[in-house]
Amino acid sequence: MVRRPEQAGRMSTLSVTLHQYERLKRSPAGWALLAVGTLLLLWLLLIVLRVVFEDAQTRRFLTVTLNGLSLAALYFVVASGFTLIFGLMRTVNLAHGSLYLLGAYVGYDVSTATGSWYLGLLGGAAGAALAGLLIQRFLLSWMPRQELRQTLVTIALTIVFADLMLWHWGGVTYQITPPDYLTGFLRFELFGNFKGYTIIRLFMLPLAVVIGLGLWLLVRFTRLGMMIRAGVDDQDMLSATGVNVPVVFLGVFALGSALAGIAGVLGASALSVAPGEDVRYLLSSLVVVIVGGMGSVGGAAVGALLIGLVEMYGSAYAPTYSVVYTFVIMVAVLAVRPQGIMGRPA
Amino acid sequence: MSPALLRRHTAALALLAFLVIFPGISSEFWTYQIGAQSLVLGAIALSLVFLAGYVGRVSLAQLTIAGVASYATAYFGINGVGVGLELPWPFTVLVALAVGTLVATLIGAVSVRTQGIYTIMITLAIAVGFSYLARQNYDLFNGFTGFNGVVPPTILGIDLGDPDVFYYLCLAYAVLAYLVVLYVVRTPFGLALQGIRDNPRRMSALGFKIERHMIAAFAFSGVIASGAGVLNIWYFKRISPDSIGPGPILNVLIVAVVGGLGHPIGAFVGAVLFVLLETFAIDLIDRERFRLLIGLILLAIVVASPDGLVGLWRRGAGGRPRSGLSLSELLSGRRNRPTGDGRKAPAE
Repeated sequence: MVRRPEQAGRMSTLSVTLHQYERLKRSPAGWALLAVGTLLLLWLLLIVLRVVFEDAQTRRFLTVTLNGLSLAALYFVVASGFTLIFGLMRTVNLAHGSLYLLGAYVGYDVSTATGSWYLGLLGGAAGAALAGLLIQRFLLSWMPRQELRQTLVTIALTIVFADLMLWHWGGVTYQITPPDYLTGFLRFELFGNFKGYTIIRLFMLPLAVVIGLGLWLLVRFTRLGMMIRAGVDDQDMLSATGVNVPVVFLGVFALGSALAGIAGVLGASALSVAPGEDVRYLLSSLVVVIVGGMGSVGGAAVGALLIGLVEMYGSAYAPTYSVVYTFVIMVAVLAVRPQGIMGRPA
Repeated sequence: MSPALLRRHTAALALLAFLVIFPGISSEFWTYQIGAQSLVLGAIALSLVFLAGYVGRVSLAQLTIAGVASYATAYFGINGVGVGLELPWPFTVLVALAVGTLVATLIGAVSVRTQGIYTIMITLAIAVGFSYLARQNYDLFNGFTGFNGVVPPTILGIDLGDPDVFYYLCLAYAVLAYLVVLYVVRTPFGLALQGIRDNPRRMSALGFKIERHMIAAFAFSGVIASGAGVLNIWYFKRISPDSIGPGPILNVLIVAVVGGLGHPIGAFVGAVLFVLLETFAIDLIDRERFRLLIGLILLAIVVASPDGLVGLWRRGAGGRPRSGLSLSELLSGRRNRPTGDGRKAPAE
């Protein structure tokens, strides 16, 4: 390949600049310059933010954005379990919303009994996981690869669970009390006029990121993850290599259900829980995974962000038709990419 | 009707005769509360059975389509809340049918891009989303309260709201819808739909426009559901977001599945059973526990007999299922195997 002179010249200038930069970076003067620069930038940012938050509209916008992000975090945790189960087993678990509600109720009972929010979180996850395990072991595993029939079974379970939970826990609204350091408002004093934001909701953001990263590491780097990925592609071959596929299925179903349970406890702590929430979170899971792409955890993250933000902006700025925007997004995605934003084409 | 044909349809004619004289031999409670309600619910479920059995798409938005027609009937007709504009009744009905069918076509256009279990998910999302929209919106749907005082019109001095008259109206509509479904599935269009259900790739190779056929099928089922929606609001005299919410949406599915997804008559069998249970469960069990009972029945049917009571009965009688679906083929999804994992068939 013949390189044209001017191209070669530009490249050499670039490499000299890079070289100087590398030398500067290693010297103490360079470090000092970098530190001063960073501080200067932060200070400028702070001034800008102070000025910006003088305006009530902007403060409202930040609150709405944070609402959207924390809702997206919750949606992601629910939908990631849903999409994980679908990805491996092709089972559309329409009882996922019921598992969310069950996790919330069990989490409430455990945290009230023990006084520990973390035990409640654990209890909610365990309760939902156990229910999911039983569903897979005693119902769905009897009709392997009959997708529509499995879906109908999970619909029947939704109705049964909803009534059993109404029977046991009644129609009252519950709220789980988070630990002291997660209650109340986080004040951004530096930001001047911004009043602050609920800590538990802010807490959901890093938690969702940790869960997402955990799932990614699990699927990408562990032996179980390897089996899951192999199972998504070809169950028969996976089984032929000596893997006990039904056990892997059970494990994934329990994991997906546990995520629904965790989301239930989070939802009950940050918001509240009452009958009917099961359908609401089932609906959000459906829309999130349809938009993001079925079976993709990354897709669930993208879909949750999109839907959570749109839902909150919609209900804050144009409440009459706020539900419609979510569906406009869904229809638009289906029209352009039927497999979802990050879904794989069949 | 020739004697041979008469013999073949003895049972059907006997049933029809019974249904015609039914108001004469029973009380208003049975005619109106049980009879009319079962026929309307059955007609909505019939539109789902058509889509599920002959097109292979389980749509949970059929009640939503009926609900759209109901809302249109209320908005463009007599109602007790003073929202909307009042048209003469023939236009009210026509507009309701047109709006319902239009919405059905749009839902079809959105959901035919995917297939199998995806159709359930998308139509469920649309259906629940619509009930949320109706609850939020006051301009068109009058929000949380919805519409009330929607009474059927009086035509040529006959009050359609009279229990016996309304029963015959529902019976006529149900029989008409049933016969039209039986006719349509035998036309070239209906056969093409069944071909697409069984092997979309091959039908596409033969030159059939799959998406257009599917959308047309959704539109046709939408006409049936819309008509039932008009009757439904005349029956209840009111509509609210709750009556098209998650519970009632699943009721239509329960009716169709319990009756038999592959059999048009199953829609009405399921509807009669459902209405009877709903009415009399209060005597058998705690009123509160009706949903539990109905959920368990659905679970038992799906586990034990995927093509419902009609399928169970036909197998018991030793006959072959008439719908062209052998037993649980529809539910097992075996017929969809060749196209891969449930996504839209390629190559249009």
